[in-house]
Amino acid sequence: MLIRLLQISLGAILVENFILVKFMGICPFLGVSKKMDTAFGMSMAVIFVMTLASIFTWMVDVWLLRPLELEYMQTVAFILVIAALVQLVEMFLQKSVPSLYSALGIYLPLITTNCAVLGVALLNAEASYTFIEATVSGFMGGVGFTLALLLFASVRERLQFADYPKCFEGFPIALVSAALLALAFMGFSGLEVF
Amino acid sequence: MVTQKEKTVEKKRGGWLRTTAGQFADGIWRQNPTLVLLLGMCPTLATTTTVQNALGMGLSVTAVLTCSNLVISLLRKLIPNQIRIASYIVIVAGFVTAVDLLLAAFVPALSASLGIFIPLIVVNCIILARAESFASKNPPLRSAIDGVAMGLGFTCSLTAMSVIREVLGSGTFLGYDVSFGVFEPMAIFIMPVGGFLTLGFLIAAMQKIMSRGSKKKEAE
Repeated sequence: MLIRLLQISLGAILVENFILVKFMGICPFLGVSKKMDTAFGMSMAVIFVMTLASIFTWMVDVWLLRPLELEYMQTVAFILVIAALVQLVEMFLQKSVPSLYSALGIYLPLITTNCAVLGVALLNAEASYTFIEATVSGFMGGVGFTLALLLFASVRERLQFADYPKCFEGFPIALVSAALLALAFMGFSGLEVF
Repeated sequence: MVTQKEKTVEKKRGGWLRTTAGQFADGIWRQNPTLVLLLGMCPTLATTTTVQNALGMGLSVTAVLTCSNLVISLLRKLIPNQIRIASYIVIVAGFVTAVDLLLAAFVPALSASLGIFIPLIVVNCIILARAESFASKNPPLRSAIDGVAMGLGFTCSLTAMSVIREVLGSGTFLGYDVSFGVFEPMAIFIMPVGGFLTLGFLIAAMQKIMSRGSKKKEAE
């Protein structure tokens, strides 16, 4: 059991990193990576929502959709669960943990349309994980997202002082540096834990 | 901004066709969703390893975008402002499920190779962005045309990327060998790295062309 969970964790963080290998969540990856502190806020919000989304979509999937043989409604059901969840988390934080709310503030609504969150829910359902496996996969997926985002943000902060052709300004140079990061993560492919 | 300009143009010239042509020019070139507006990056990077996948993805998004723009525009006066995003997402999710099931039934091979990226069309920023910025403010026919134009622009840039990646990465085009033994395929182009690199260089090229165009205008 523990080994299985370790496998899932290593897979989600390094081997099958959501951003750099699976290409999910590229929009926040490129959008909020200009500064380290915004990148950190976004990452924490993503870890939080991805874990909760894994838990709730697992419940909806196993207790509601499968017994009723409504698997083809997964996409609609999951996106509704995620949208409602994000809204609830936002309201809850606003009332009870205002300091965290003001830190995560603007990132929370953006997460509804983060492919990594819907992606992890769909992948969990596809792999028919158990409850604990699904939770760990969601949490570790978020950790993998954080790792890639923080690495990338620290690279991008230094890019401001770099000298590159003018037409590469903005996104292109960011994409080229992301390519180099992805190259580094390719080194993990094929890594297995026994 | 664009829509307002277009509306005044339409009033001045009274040309329905001209406005439509303008919309297509916007979708495919001036406001190209991936290369200029920089929306919908995930499928752009993930599904462009082969031309076939890119075309399949592009056309699926075009279908969903056209239908969702049409329906959202028809319902634009009924949907309350506070819950509009949630309503848009539900409408889009419905169409995505339909496309998903259709692809699985009629082109199972394509459906298998696109995999999870078909359901992920729901969270494609292009669709929500067009719903919010265009379909919620414009009449149904105009919005449907906008969906087709933007979808085609998306398809074009995906195809351009996949041609580069497939030809350089596996030496084939739509599955046919085009390397003729002249060059060795560079596998790096079909890996994640190649996706980031190709997109970076394409956007850089686009920015170069655009800046040249604006310079010319200034000179005139």
